[in-house]
Amino acid sequence: MNINLTLIGQSIAFAIFVWFCVKYVWPPITAAMQARQKKIADGLSAADRASLDLELAQEKAAQQMQQAKEEASVLIDQANKRAAQIVEASKDDARKEGEKLIEQARAEIQQERVQARDALRTEVALLAIAGAEKILETSVDAKAHSEMLDKLAAQL
Amino acid sequence: MADTPVEYIKHHLQNLTYGKLEAGYERFDGSVMSESAWTFARTAQEASDMGFMAVHVDTLGWSIAMGLLFLGLFRYVATRVTTGVPGALQNLVEVTVEFIENLVKDGFHARNPLIAPLALTIFVWILLMNMLKFIPVDYVPMLASAMGLEYFKIVPTTDPNATFGISIGVFLLIIFYSLKVKGITGFAKELGMQPFNHWALIPVNLVLEVLVLIVKPISLALRLFGNMYAGEVVFILIALLPFWAQWTLNLPWAIFHILVIPLQAFIFTMLTIVYLAAAHEDH
Repeated sequence: MNINLTLIGQSIAFAIFVWFCVKYVWPPITAAMQARQKKIADGLSAADRASLDLELAQEKAAQQMQQAKEEASVLIDQANKRAAQIVEASKDDARKEGEKLIEQARAEIQQERVQARDALRTEVALLAIAGAEKILETSVDAKAHSEMLDKLAAQL
Repeated sequence: MADTPVEYIKHHLQNLTYGKLEAGYERFDGSVMSESAWTFARTAQEASDMGFMAVHVDTLGWSIAMGLLFLGLFRYVATRVTTGVPGALQNLVEVTVEFIENLVKDGFHARNPLIAPLALTIFVWILLMNMLKFIPVDYVPMLASAMGLEYFKIVPTTDPNATFGISIGVFLLIIFYSLKVKGITGFAKELGMQPFNHWALIPVNLVLEVLVLIVKPISLALRLFGNMYAGEVVFILIALLPFWAQWTLNLPWAIFHILVIPLQAFIFTMLTIVYLAAAHEDH
């Protein structure tokens, strides 16, 4: 347990060790540790952000879903209305067409009746003349008596 | 090797001393030095007669080896350090560094980039030197005596030269930073005007404060040395028991030292930080 030069030797060794530690050991290790701490902090905050983003996205998705549903129901309503309208319109058209056809048929019938009456009238006039000829035993000058004949025909 | 228990204990507590013997000194075997020369001491008496001009080769060798182990290990990690997932070794080193960093952060509030690495060096170095105690007390001395070396003590912290070597380094730093932070007048004022702030009491203050200052390195060194030395003595005493009975005491004592060894390293480190923090405090 003698105190001797070892004391000084130890002090020198100690000083050199401390110098080396200050210069070459401490800075890189603490730098790496700080860098990792920062990395972890960044990662954690990124995770927080991501979960927030996810929440927002889910909310947005739900909103969009809701909106889509509403739009779809509006479209369906419109389509139903439109279909009803179309059915209504085609019914209307059909009725109008039918009425038109009936009208046409009536007009044709009327026309044919008029024609037939005219034809009949002429024929009756001719028959009347023939009958009159028979009675008078002479021919009737058609030209001379045409005025009378027309009168007759008009009366029929 | 020694025969009686007392000789055995004395032998195990003697450092391997390489020193200067003066001309005319009578050696252990009766021969007389014709001229002064550096040589290994063969007896405790010779070692103590060498006085200050001697070196404990074992203490210096093992402490420097432990210091290099510490620096080598930490430098190895520092060059391969990754900010990603650390390996087992890097993890161990980082845990140590973080432990010291937190100690310094809590105890030292001034800004000084030297303190934390200093504390790390002190802590790991003393821890490694103390840990040499786990090697059974006879292994290395026997190996050394087989190599022709009379004495060999491997735990440097059981040598007051080692503990005082470190604490004097710390003491010089205390003085240096006291002067640097407070200036010569500030430091002188601190020594002279405390605890009694009156000019007439300056001598009393001076005596008290200088004593307080001087006691710091002494208490640092003696606490570590005393604990380690006493532990070592007990280990040696246990080694005197019959070989089949030794483990009954050796084991609990060694397990107890798992606590003591880091604790002493921690106390030395913590007090260093506290002392240097006080040196940085400007009143």
